[in-house]
Amino acid sequence: MDIETRLKALMLRGLDGDAAAYRECLAVLGVRLRAYFARRMSGAPGDVEDLVQETLLAVHLKRSTWDASQSFTAWAHAVARYKLIDHWRRRKVRQTLPIEDHIEFLAAEEPEPSVGLELDRALASLPDRQRILVSDVKLTGLSLAEAGARAGISEGAAKVALHRALKALAERMRRAD
Amino acid sequence: MRTDDLIEALAADAGPAPGLAPRRRLGVTLVGGGLLALLLVLTWLRTRPDLGEAMRGGMFWMKAVYTGLLGLGGYLAIERLGRPAGSGRRGWTLAGAVLGLFVLAGVVQAMMSPNIRMAMHMMRGHSWHVCSVNILALGIPMLALGLWAVRGMAPTRPAQAGFAMGLFAGGAAATIYGLHCPENTFTFVALWYSLGVLLVAALGGLLGRWALRW
Repeated sequence: MDIETRLKALMLRGLDGDAAAYRECLAVLGVRLRAYFARRMSGAPGDVEDLVQETLLAVHLKRSTWDASQSFTAWAHAVARYKLIDHWRRRKVRQTLPIEDHIEFLAAEEPEPSVGLELDRALASLPDRQRILVSDVKLTGLSLAEAGARAGISEGAAKVALHRALKALAERMRRAD
Repeated sequence: MRTDDLIEALAADAGPAPGLAPRRRLGVTLVGGGLLALLLVLTWLRTRPDLGEAMRGGMFWMKAVYTGLLGLGGYLAIERLGRPAGSGRRGWTLAGAVLGLFVLAGVVQAMMSPNIRMAMHMMRGHSWHVCSVNILALGIPMLALGLWAVRGMAPTRPAQAGFAMGLFAGGAAATIYGLHCPENTFTFVALWYSLGVLLVAALGGLLGRWALRW
């Protein structure tokens, strides 16, 4: 099965509420994003993981703009490309990105993941309740219902709070530099 | 934070995105912006006194179809440009073709007039000095709603997306403006209506550059 078929199927299941399929989709995408950014950011390898994380957040928050009749990898590639250009624009780096094919976006080299710093900074600036919720669910094993129970709220309310927290994170990361 | 931790948090939020899907957001924008423009016509500009009679004639509808198609071009463009990797080509082609046809009709009509004074009169009508500005004013509420709606989407070409949203808003506003404006020559409409719609589009492009980043 080629990568587009696989990612598309996983994404569709994720949109249907299948958390395991969605996790796999984002994990595969994360590996590809890391390779994509690493090739273009040889000057600032420290920013690669931040960009991977910012792009994954954007993919998640903007998923309603993916039209399921279109290619998923072409869509994800456009998100990554936009985030890279935006990153350069904010840092006032004069750099142009040649027109690229989204097939090349899928090149399968796999650089080692590192730790992103921006996200922690953004997380630290969230209100306590949102921050604790994000920290709780990111630890494998604690489901949204359990994390909600720890915070004293229902699963539905936890879902809304988590969504808001992720949106706030994306906004703060974008304004970080 | 490790990326795997982030993915864990994102996976906990799996499922359809909350809120309205892109097409629905734009539909709500059209209804809201159209009603606001209508309200402005009813309370501020007033409908043309001969509205009932005019609605039985062809030119009233010709104007509405023209500006409606310009707006449709804007809609088709923003519906695509609001998404990563989206291209506005279909919308630009439609709007460009309709604009070209109407300008041609306007030029032909002006050239067929018996003398230069008549032609100038057709160009200026009775309201050339307010027409474009009125359309701009009617279009601004919908443009504001629209930019807010598009912020919830993910345009990767912000200026183009703003222009497309402005074309959508301007076309809708100009269509509503037809309820007030009694001008009925191709020459006048091709010049001043088109200019009004393009003003809203240009404003959208200008604002889009900074309002539509994400």
